[in-house]
Amino acid sequence: MKKIAITSVIAVLGFTLLCGVVYPLLITGIGQLVFPGNANGQQVKIDGKLIGSKLIGQQFTNLVYKNGKVEMSDGEPVTTPNKRYFQTRPSGTDPADNDAATEFANLGPNDLVTKQTFTMRIQAYLALEKPYDPGLTVAKIPVDAINTSASGVDPDISQANAWIQAHRVAAVRHLPLSEVKALIKKYTGGRGLGFSGEPTVNVLQLNLALDRVNAKDAP
Amino acid sequence: MTFYGWVTIFGFVIILTALAAPFGRYLAAVYTGGHTWFDPVLGPVERLIYRVFRTDPNEGQDWKHYAKSLIIFSLAGWLLFYIILRTQTFWDWTGLNPLHYHSMPWNVSFNTTSSFLTNTNWQYYGGETSLSYFSQMVGLTVQNFLSAGVGIVVAVALVRGIASRSGASLGNFWQDIVRTVLYVLIPLSIVSAIVLISQGSIQNFTTYLTAHGLTSGGSQTIAMGPVASQEAIKLLGTNGGGFFNTNSAHPFENPTGFTNFFEMLIVLIIPAGLVFMYGRMVGHKRQGYAIYGTMMVMFLGAVIVCYIAEAHGSPAQHAAGLHTGVIHGSGGGNLEGKEQRFGIAGSALFDVVTTVTSCGAVNSAIESFTGIGGAIPFANLSASEVIFGGVGTGLYSILLYVLLAVFIGGLMVGRTPEYLGKKIEAREIKLTVLGLLITPLAALFATALATASAAGRASISSVGVGPQGFSESFYAYLSQANNNGSAFAGYTGFIQPNAGNLGSHGVTFADLVGGVEMVFARYGPILFALAVAGSLAGKRVSPAGLGTMRTDNVTFVVLLIGVIVLVGALTFFPALLLGPIVQGLTGHLYS
Repeated sequence: MKKIAITSVIAVLGFTLLCGVVYPLLITGIGQLVFPGNANGQQVKIDGKLIGSKLIGQQFTNLVYKNGKVEMSDGEPVTTPNKRYFQTRPSGTDPADNDAATEFANLGPNDLVTKQTFTMRIQAYLALEKPYDPGLTVAKIPVDAINTSASGVDPDISQANAWIQAHRVAAVRHLPLSEVKALIKKYTGGRGLGFSGEPTVNVLQLNLALDRVNAKDAP
Repeated sequence: MTFYGWVTIFGFVIILTALAAPFGRYLAAVYTGGHTWFDPVLGPVERLIYRVFRTDPNEGQDWKHYAKSLIIFSLAGWLLFYIILRTQTFWDWTGLNPLHYHSMPWNVSFNTTSSFLTNTNWQYYGGETSLSYFSQMVGLTVQNFLSAGVGIVVAVALVRGIASRSGASLGNFWQDIVRTVLYVLIPLSIVSAIVLISQGSIQNFTTYLTAHGLTSGGSQTIAMGPVASQEAIKLLGTNGGGFFNTNSAHPFENPTGFTNFFEMLIVLIIPAGLVFMYGRMVGHKRQGYAIYGTMMVMFLGAVIVCYIAEAHGSPAQHAAGLHTGVIHGSGGGNLEGKEQRFGIAGSALFDVVTTVTSCGAVNSAIESFTGIGGAIPFANLSASEVIFGGVGTGLYSILLYVLLAVFIGGLMVGRTPEYLGKKIEAREIKLTVLGLLITPLAALFATALATASAAGRASISSVGVGPQGFSESFYAYLSQANNNGSAFAGYTGFIQPNAGNLGSHGVTFADLVGGVEMVFARYGPILFALAVAGSLAGKRVSPAGLGTMRTDNVTFVVLLIGVIVLVGALTFFPALLLGPIVQGLTGHLYS
């Protein structure tokens, strides 16, 4: 018994050193040497200022000011979509809790609240996009535009979602629709191995590319 | 449903089988003292470790000695892990706690320690808002390796018991655990972690980033950390505890459609490989194929139902007027709580892969799955981890079912049941049934306790929303009993009021019931499996006769599936009816 106890304690400490210290340090070393960009999160910087990460979805919205102060509602700043940019998917992540926290929305399939949430998002989407795409109806809205992403920071939208938003972005930026659609195509990623997953449009990269085309032309 | 969705599912099955068969041969070499490629490098390291551990790897252990080593080793691991979690701020000097997170309260730490020790990885906390990099590496990652190792060595010991021709020895626990970590888990983890980083997973020790965003409302904090190293072993060891709260849905854990496919493969590679190893170690490869066939039939059934249900969409979507069919440029389906890059097939398949095993990693919100789609993880858990199951756990659990099926088959033909020439007698069957009943018993008892008491209600997020609150509670205790760790994530045992984690507190009832349940439902079956192994080890092998029931043909596979489904259905059907099935059969919206 005593012998087993001694071996157990040594073994737990030994494995902790091997699996908890040596192994992660080795992987960190390899990652930082061979893939430094990836290992540090594919950061996007403009003039030395960190804009975000290509892999982490962000909101392309403006803060709303009232009497010179940021308007707040329930401890969250009120925002409105910036029409010059493609918009990301709805998120269940609640920045008021903790800035870095990611959360599931956990909307149940048969809950009335879920339906009401969808209806509100549908109305907001139509209000934003329909003025520029008159033929748009509820049934034509792709699900990714209304359904919450899992991580809350999904960096991608579907192609169908991007094609609808392209009407607005092109109009607001005074660009030909074909040019915006060409950019969408450029930032569309294919399926993994040719079959795994769905094609994705990376919203941050697409918006950055648009700014390179006409950054100055603010509305 | 899309063509690519079906290619993903069937392509996965083919690639997995093609990889698992040769890997099984490698595993057999590791556990029977055969030669492997790694011998020249790892051999000296292995011998050094035995010297440091002060143990003789060649000393055979009977089942009691083997079990004693395993239990005391686990106890030591539990204590060290608990201490690490409770002294989180003490380790700030390492620089690995950039946000100066405080330790989680004692009750949440108790639950977390029990959870990672038992290969469950149930998480009441969010990784990026509670744990330092030090705790994640030195605490969680280590137990990801060791809990996986413990599961595997129990399976190996049971296989030795079945295969042994004489003596009571099941092998040596210390040799088995060292060889598992050294020859199996570490090499696979290193390769997998590097693949993940090459695709975009992060691996660093820098503090969280503050990003300004392109627009004024776009500023955000981005959590960092040594993610890839933990992600690799989290999947390989069927652990499943995410570095981040949203687990494998988080782009830093699972950046692309390719990594999603890769992650599913590394979840199943060891459980599937062990089945092929089994066939080799008992000297009848067809025995392994029969078990593999049984698992695969049930696996495919689960995936197909789940994919169809999720592609159809949810009642809430339809009530809101959304079109959930495939259109040009969008895969449609129930995309609530799912990531665009994985799509419906990649989410449904991932969900089934991680709930048939004890992995419990998620790349989508199970709580938001449709009634029938969400019933699939329930059904998988009800089958008590025998459809591939956790690393090791799956093999020893299904072998217990095999013994039960042999016994029932024997009763039907009126002959003394035999398995691989060994008589299955009253003692083995009693131990087998006890081993199989502990998990369901723990799950149902804890669920009943939680749903019948006011203390249990504190954890439910959908209070009063029809069957969803019951589903949440049931899933929580079913998942913890099966050492799975996936969740209907609305169920909580930890309240974090605001930024940082000062002032957070645990829900003692949920933390303690869950923690005790996990330990009970892990070590109970392990002890019974080892006892069965010990009982079989000494038995004489009689040659197969004309009347011997074969255990390597289709008839036996059908019988085995029947027994598994029957036991699962009889135990869990009433409870399943009250939750997911009600939701799946009605389009009703509950308020």
